[in-house]
Amino acid sequence: MNTRTQVLLWTAQRASAAVLALGVVVHLITIIYAVRNGLSAAEILGRTRGNYGWAAFYALFVAAIAIHAPIGLRTILSEMLGWRGAAFDLLVLAAGVALALWGWRAVWGVFV
Amino acid sequence: MSLLRVSVWRGGASGEFRAYEVPRLESQTVLDVVTYIQRSLDSTLSYRFACRVGMCGSCAMTVNGKARWTCRTHVAKVADNDWLEIAPLANLPVIKDLVADMSRFFDKWVQAKGRFYGTRTRADDFARVPPGSPQRQAVDAAIECIGCGVCYSACDVVTWNPAYLGPAALNRAWTLVNDVRDTARVARLAAVAGDAGCHACHTHMNCTERCPKNLVPTASIAGLKRSVAAAALKGEL
Repeated sequence: MNTRTQVLLWTAQRASAAVLALGVVVHLITIIYAVRNGLSAAEILGRTRGNYGWAAFYALFVAAIAIHAPIGLRTILSEMLGWRGAAFDLLVLAAGVALALWGWRAVWGVFV
Repeated sequence: MSLLRVSVWRGGASGEFRAYEVPRLESQTVLDVVTYIQRSLDSTLSYRFACRVGMCGSCAMTVNGKARWTCRTHVAKVADNDWLEIAPLANLPVIKDLVADMSRFFDKWVQAKGRFYGTRTRADDFARVPPGSPQRQAVDAAIECIGCGVCYSACDVVTWNPAYLGPAALNRAWTLVNDVRDTARVARLAAVAGDAGCHACHTHMNCTERCPKNLVPTASIAGLKRSVAAAALKGEL
């Protein structure tokens, strides 16, 4: 991986962290609200189905996670286990793609 | 007279701590202790020092687990119940006893393009750099490094990622990035970028905590991260 790509990965991780800082707060407030008010699954689905606002928020939230987590994982594994190289980069890329697909599948599941 | 119990690393990469007893004196420095052992107890002990006044950066060692300049470190500040453990700097190969091989440390200054590239000659007039300009202020904050290697030894990222340039080389690069006379800015930013450069720093701030000159390499590295990211987004790298 060339140096410029490494720098852009770092920049992407910083930018996704900024999105997550806000996203995690909204996500936690949502969870606390749902639990404290005793919302049933049906009541939650009633609020999310067809709601473009929630779908857009969680689609963005998932995208930020899918960018942020694998870049961090790449650094942690290279420092702790010495894993480096093109094959390893593809592995963490696959982890990012998997996170995105699973996350967006969940968002789709509560939207339709 | 009370005695100081001192464990000193003897050997190379493999070796052992050997115990010595040294008379405890007022205002005694750790370098005084090592010098006493070498001159009065065991002349085969190897260690490195030069100026004894905190200018040359050659006497750094690991004292009770922490990297320190030994000539300006009083025993009273670091001894644990009149006990000292003195080892060579971490993160560097050991040549013998308390002498670490600094080659890797200084090679990284070269990798980080730590030398000045200018265009003026002796025939030209002096460059005039306003002392209050932001660039000059940034240089002033980082320029007093004595190259002792304490920050490099204390850095966790160097331990985990041996290719990492380390705080001192990056701090030096930052002074040159802010030198308005220098002509190698983009090449230097490319040299300090990426997985082995400034972006590997986790901001643990061990370097800043341990720097005997009270510099803040963490701030220099953060400045490099911003400058390099801006250059990368502009397509200059």
